[in-house]
Amino acid sequence: MSDKKKKFMQGNEACSEGALYAGSRFYAGYPITPSTEVAEILSVRLPKIGGVFMQMEDEIASICAIIGASLGGAKSLTATSGPGFSLMQEGLGFACIAEIPCVIINVMRSGPSTGFPTGPSQSDVMQAKWGTHGDHPSVVLTPATVQEIFYETVRAFNLAEIYRTPVIVLYDEIIGHMREAITLPEPGEVEVIERKKPTCKPEEYKPYAQSNGTIAPLAAYGEGYKFHVTGLYHAEDGFPTNNTKLIGEANERIVNKINKNVDKICINEEYYLDDAEIGVVAYGVSSKSAKFAVKEMRKKGVKAGLLRPKTIWPFPDKAVNKLAKQVKAILVPEMNLGQVYYEVERASRGQCEVKGIFKVDTEAIHPNQIIEEIEKFA
Amino acid sequence: METVTATKKKKKEKPVPFDYSNYIRKGKLPHIWCPGCGHGIVLKCMLRAIAETGRPNDDFALVSGIGCSSRTPGYVNFNTLHTLHGRALAFATGLKMAKPNLKVIVTTGDGDALAIGGNHFIHTCRRNLDIVIMVYNNFIYGMTSGQFSPTTLPGMIATTSRYGNIDPPFDVCKMAEAAGATFVARGTAYHYGELEKILHEAIMHKGTAVIDIIDSCPTYYGRFNKFKSPADMMEKIEKEGTVSVKQADSLPPEKLEGKLLRGVLHKKERPEYTEGYAKLIEKAGGKIVSSRQ
Repeated sequence: MSDKKKKFMQGNEACSEGALYAGSRFYAGYPITPSTEVAEILSVRLPKIGGVFMQMEDEIASICAIIGASLGGAKSLTATSGPGFSLMQEGLGFACIAEIPCVIINVMRSGPSTGFPTGPSQSDVMQAKWGTHGDHPSVVLTPATVQEIFYETVRAFNLAEIYRTPVIVLYDEIIGHMREAITLPEPGEVEVIERKKPTCKPEEYKPYAQSNGTIAPLAAYGEGYKFHVTGLYHAEDGFPTNNTKLIGEANERIVNKINKNVDKICINEEYYLDDAEIGVVAYGVSSKSAKFAVKEMRKKGVKAGLLRPKTIWPFPDKAVNKLAKQVKAILVPEMNLGQVYYEVERASRGQCEVKGIFKVDTEAIHPNQIIEEIEKFA
Repeated sequence: METVTATKKKKKEKPVPFDYSNYIRKGKLPHIWCPGCGHGIVLKCMLRAIAETGRPNDDFALVSGIGCSSRTPGYVNFNTLHTLHGRALAFATGLKMAKPNLKVIVTTGDGDALAIGGNHFIHTCRRNLDIVIMVYNNFIYGMTSGQFSPTTLPGMIATTSRYGNIDPPFDVCKMAEAAGATFVARGTAYHYGELEKILHEAIMHKGTAVIDIIDSCPTYYGRFNKFKSPADMMEKIEKEGTVSVKQADSLPPEKLEGKLLRGVLHKKERPEYTEGYAKLIEKAGGKIVSSRQ
């Protein structure tokens, strides 16, 4: 990798680079702290390569516009933060049921409501899973470094295309605004998945056809297929149905296409886990402090280890369960009042003690806080 | 009387047969609209107006929100998108910007376009994005069984205005013009020939075109407000309640009182948004990508 590709940039900038690398050519959004840099950067970069940047009237319009653009064949994204993410839940559900690929960046800030707009938090983890109504698929990625924001943004677009579903990239204000060294890969170095287009005759095209768990290709409007898309439950041909059997099957299918591929979607980093006796499960910015704490503990001979999910939804049940079997206790530091903590407790199935380290004063969790807790179990 | 007969004869000369099968999706009818509802007439006018452009079906995208009128796209053979309540224009904006060559038509209702979708409505008009917005205006929320809407007239009865509506109504056309739409017109389901012409002109227009289509909901609005029949309702609201812009010129002000004007009410040349965006791309040193052709 050449040195000229080595840059010093903030997380939001890396996110924009990732989107462009993945081939996204459409952004629609509404200004909101602390995600605004993504919009500002893409408003400059997209037109240069013939792409579109739209500043919409609100976040509801933003997510609807990226879904519309995706149906026009464009890989599309929006970026927002808590209050805007709340408004986007309606559109998110539509993208889930209509199976339209798109990417939503949520740079988490303190909430609820306006909260503390410039203060970081990790309190949208559950909203990212359950925010929109109805049972629906959720794919949520939680990068922890500037470099990783780049990679995970590319992966978000890839997963959106593979599974025909919205994918959320969830990081906090700290990583969003923090500057770190990053190496931008050359084109072709990182895999970019392109949308599968139908090859059948237009009259034979079924946008929601299903056989053995495969996902039907998505045609773009205006390319001869003239198909129908609706937020109502629909049959394989895309038209609304009242058939309760089909409705049940369709709901299960959109959820299962993710649940049955957990092993492909979930990626974790394991740090000193092999012989660990005390586990830490941390994601995003809190995992930085956790990693430091584990390293310090190891220096003192304490067998601590870190499990860091890069995919928070679907939840890495298997990895957490395996860890719970191995350790005395699992600590879960997060910048909220307990969200992933309960998931870890559930996945641990009572095999070890699970303890949360929560913080909502908009200051990052200090490594010493985690060290203190680890020492209690050492 | 002689003139009337002459006009009638002239109308008969117009070729009547029209093959709807190219436009209606096979097996998707009957539609969900009630007997006496005007939506079917509006659909017919729209299809004929589209046919007159001579453009292939694949050049058109029909986008809708939620409500009775928003069921239109499901029945017709174009690229069709049935979205969320009030949000059709936001979806349509993304689609149009991603594929500027598509002619995007939004079918929406008074509640969908002006209440829950009011913000998207004014901002679409402001941008002057090349979208045709057909507001099927029947003064009521039909699909949820008859609540008053932003166009329900004062005093009228709805399931949520049993004592008579006190909310003042929006004038769709004035609102569209004020927000920046460059083609604003009003038609009715009763004056179907006129509506077809207006819709064709709207489709040919480059920019945001808003058509306030006065329509009737006999099932709710009609029943609650003591109209004798669907036909009676059409006559009172659409025929007697409106006057064409041409006729209006020769009528004294007292004859125009309480009547809505029909026809093209506003037309203006102003830069269209996708064209503006193409210039922006050029300014930034970019090229239009092929997927946007």
